[in-house]
Amino acid sequence: MNLLKLWNFHGGLHLDGHKRESSVAPLAIARIPERLIFPLQQRNGEDSQPIVAPGDRVLKGQVIARDDNPFTPPIHASSSGIVRTIEDLPLPHPSGLSGLCIVIDTDGDDVAMEFTGVADYRQCSPDELRRGIYEAGIVGLGGAAFPTSIKVAPGDHRKVDTLILNGAECEPYITCDDSLLSHYPADVLNGAKILLHILQAERCLLAVEDDMPEALAALERAKEREGFETIQLVRVPAIYPTGGEKQLISILTGREVPMRGIPADIGVVCQNVGTAAAVYNAVIRGIPLISRIVTVTGRGVKQPQNVLARIGTPLADLIHQCGGYTNEAERLVLGGPMMGFGVPTDDLPLTKSANCLLVAGRNELIGEKQSLPCIRCGACAEACPVSLLPQQLYWYSRSEQIERALDYNLFDCIECGCCDYVCPSHIPLVQHFRAAKGKAVAKRREREKADHARLRFELRQSRKEQEKRERAESARRKKETLVTGKAPEILEAIERAKLRRAEKTAPPSGNSEPIDDDKEKAISPATDAESRDISVDAGHAEKQSGDQISKAQPIPSEID
Amino acid sequence: MRFPTAQAPYLAPVSSVNRIMLEVLAALIPGLAALVWQFGAGVLVQCIIALIAAELGEAAMLSLRRRPITPALKDYSAALTAVLLAVSLPPLAPWWLTAFGTLFAIVIGKHLYGGLGYNPFNPAMVGYAVLLISFPQHMTAWLPPKELSASALNFADAWNAIFSRTLPSNLTFDALTVATPLDTIKTQLGLNRLLDEIQTGGLFSGIGGRGWQWVNFGFLLGGLWMLKRGVIAWQIPVGFLAALFAVAMLFFLIDPALYPTPLFQCFSGAAMLGAFFIATDPVSASTTPRGRLIYGALIGLLVFVIRSWGGYPDGVAFAVLLLNLAAPTIDHYTRPRVYGHAK
Repeated sequence: MNLLKLWNFHGGLHLDGHKRESSVAPLAIARIPERLIFPLQQRNGEDSQPIVAPGDRVLKGQVIARDDNPFTPPIHASSSGIVRTIEDLPLPHPSGLSGLCIVIDTDGDDVAMEFTGVADYRQCSPDELRRGIYEAGIVGLGGAAFPTSIKVAPGDHRKVDTLILNGAECEPYITCDDSLLSHYPADVLNGAKILLHILQAERCLLAVEDDMPEALAALERAKEREGFETIQLVRVPAIYPTGGEKQLISILTGREVPMRGIPADIGVVCQNVGTAAAVYNAVIRGIPLISRIVTVTGRGVKQPQNVLARIGTPLADLIHQCGGYTNEAERLVLGGPMMGFGVPTDDLPLTKSANCLLVAGRNELIGEKQSLPCIRCGACAEACPVSLLPQQLYWYSRSEQIERALDYNLFDCIECGCCDYVCPSHIPLVQHFRAAKGKAVAKRREREKADHARLRFELRQSRKEQEKRERAESARRKKETLVTGKAPEILEAIERAKLRRAEKTAPPSGNSEPIDDDKEKAISPATDAESRDISVDAGHAEKQSGDQISKAQPIPSEID
Repeated sequence: MRFPTAQAPYLAPVSSVNRIMLEVLAALIPGLAALVWQFGAGVLVQCIIALIAAELGEAAMLSLRRRPITPALKDYSAALTAVLLAVSLPPLAPWWLTAFGTLFAIVIGKHLYGGLGYNPFNPAMVGYAVLLISFPQHMTAWLPPKELSASALNFADAWNAIFSRTLPSNLTFDALTVATPLDTIKTQLGLNRLLDEIQTGGLFSGIGGRGWQWVNFGFLLGGLWMLKRGVIAWQIPVGFLAALFAVAMLFFLIDPALYPTPLFQCFSGAAMLGAFFIATDPVSASTTPRGRLIYGALIGLLVFVIRSWGGYPDGVAFAVLLLNLAAPTIDHYTRPRVYGHAK
């Protein structure tokens, strides 16, 4: 079935999949939990603004928080109930920090808003559909939670020819995409058609790993029934991290996303299969993103399985749904064992980006590692899917030579953990790289702050200079006005008086003239100083001084 | 319920330093066996002396540096240095020579630079070079291979010879020791003799010299096993042997009377030991894929240069040490192209 030529990417790992644990059991539909929690902070961005207040009754699908920012799609209630509080609660985030959350007490009735989809999406413009996707609160369901409406708007200057649907679940344990493709293949394929229409792209490649036969069979059956000629199914080898966006693009197209670029730069947009199904639900059925399939697995949970659960469901409810903890549960990880993050408690809500809740049994996963010095064996460089030299990055990160680490392309690290996994010295390399990235960012901010401060200081200095000059100028003008400013009339008067005096008394008194002379002498040094100032000053001051000169000119001409 | 958090990845690592070291030690077995078979049990005694000296030196340095001792002793890196040095020494070298060389390797070559992972030079070769420069007469007194040897020494004989310089009554050290084939070629060429005449001696038969070729085959076998297991990368040994072979071929074609065959070069002396076990020491070698190829090739080239025109019969130790110096520079100029960066 692979008519497509597949390419390779550098490095990668063959990992023990642990997929059967969760993929054998049928997909469970989660009960409505008593409480739903919606963090207002969605990605790493700003908080959305709540538009409901405690005590309000909300319906399933109702928007409860939104923001003007196009990167922050609205948040919807995933079941009906009463808003209990809006308060600070721990967030399901690697930082372990708290943030404002809307808490809803569900009423169990699950009363929904009226959902209206569009009959024929082809009659809609791409912009209308993007708007709909934004309003439906859709973000990437593969883990990064990047707003889909942004991702499908590559801009007019980028021609997208290929849509890639990512069904390559390369991380061990996770089977939610496998489950989605097996149960709802048509939703995904129809979603792909809508995305193709939005992107005006010609073809869609739907990639699944070669260890997902059920998903593939379901997709093929759906294709047989309904066609979907523009969508090609591709089986890719189960090598970690095949499901990484850049790696998958490489495998399928042989193209590389340029440094600091986005896939659309090379004519590709990549979406998770779950996102495509969400787009279908939003556009055709009008249902916003209020639920997702999540894998609950690991030896620490009694019945590992995939669960279709409401966004906002507390993790504890999911675990309860799966039979509860086993005696050996010792670690809770959101996401997979390679790139997920440990959480300290199950009192956290399911988010849109949470694809897996891994409850590790005894010694199933490890925590802190006892590490030895790096022996520069280079196993990390061999495993690195972006061809970095982790051994060098480690050396420079450890010795705080951040500039050198940047030179060795620290920020190209995708933190997949391959290097960590193969390191014989058990060095937590990814941790070091994350820390070094943090330091680099902090350093840049500091430099920007210093630059900013210097700029402010310089501006202040020049402002002060200018004020000084303006003061001097106005003083000079005052003086000039005193002598010459009222010049026309006064001088004329003086002249007339002089003439009269001269006419009256034959010998002139000569008293007034020396006084005038003295005054003129007193003025001239000041004007000299002014002109020197002007000649020394540079840049913006020059324009100013030019103005002064042109303003000053009419006065001497009047004197003449 | 509260759970401990840590940072990803959470999968237990698959490899470890001590496993790598143990695998390299295991890969030395065929070569070591060939050495014992051809040159008697002396090499085993040398291994024991070197191992004891290395572990004592390691422990002493760690305690002086106030570092935990047990984990370092368990990583087998000192043991590997010891064995690599021991197999390079003449089998009946006096015990103090081996002990001194090993201690020098561990104390100066390794720990004064910061211990495991920080030594710029291959510690075993540091020890070897110091011994070669300081005690040339001991270092060139090799034994003849089994087929040329009048009487084989058993383990007890070797032990006595090494520790108390006493031999069984019918033997003397002068009668017992001979030069290696490479040494012989160097000396005889210096006396204006030609290879045809030189290589008629009993030392020369097969492709790499009597006895020596088996030792080299042994190390080659161990090396191939390491390649298969992924313990070492292919670039260094391939670069080393290809360059040595190519340059030897060139000069052999130019003047076969003065330059031995490329096969002889690759199967004599420390060629295979150097290509698979010495030059591949990750800490002191180049670490980029292309860099390793260049690094190996330059060592192979230097080995030929030193053997042909240098002051020493074999050149592996000096070639490796010189390229250790160049490794950071090689690494700097051979960085792989990162994904998405311009080609």
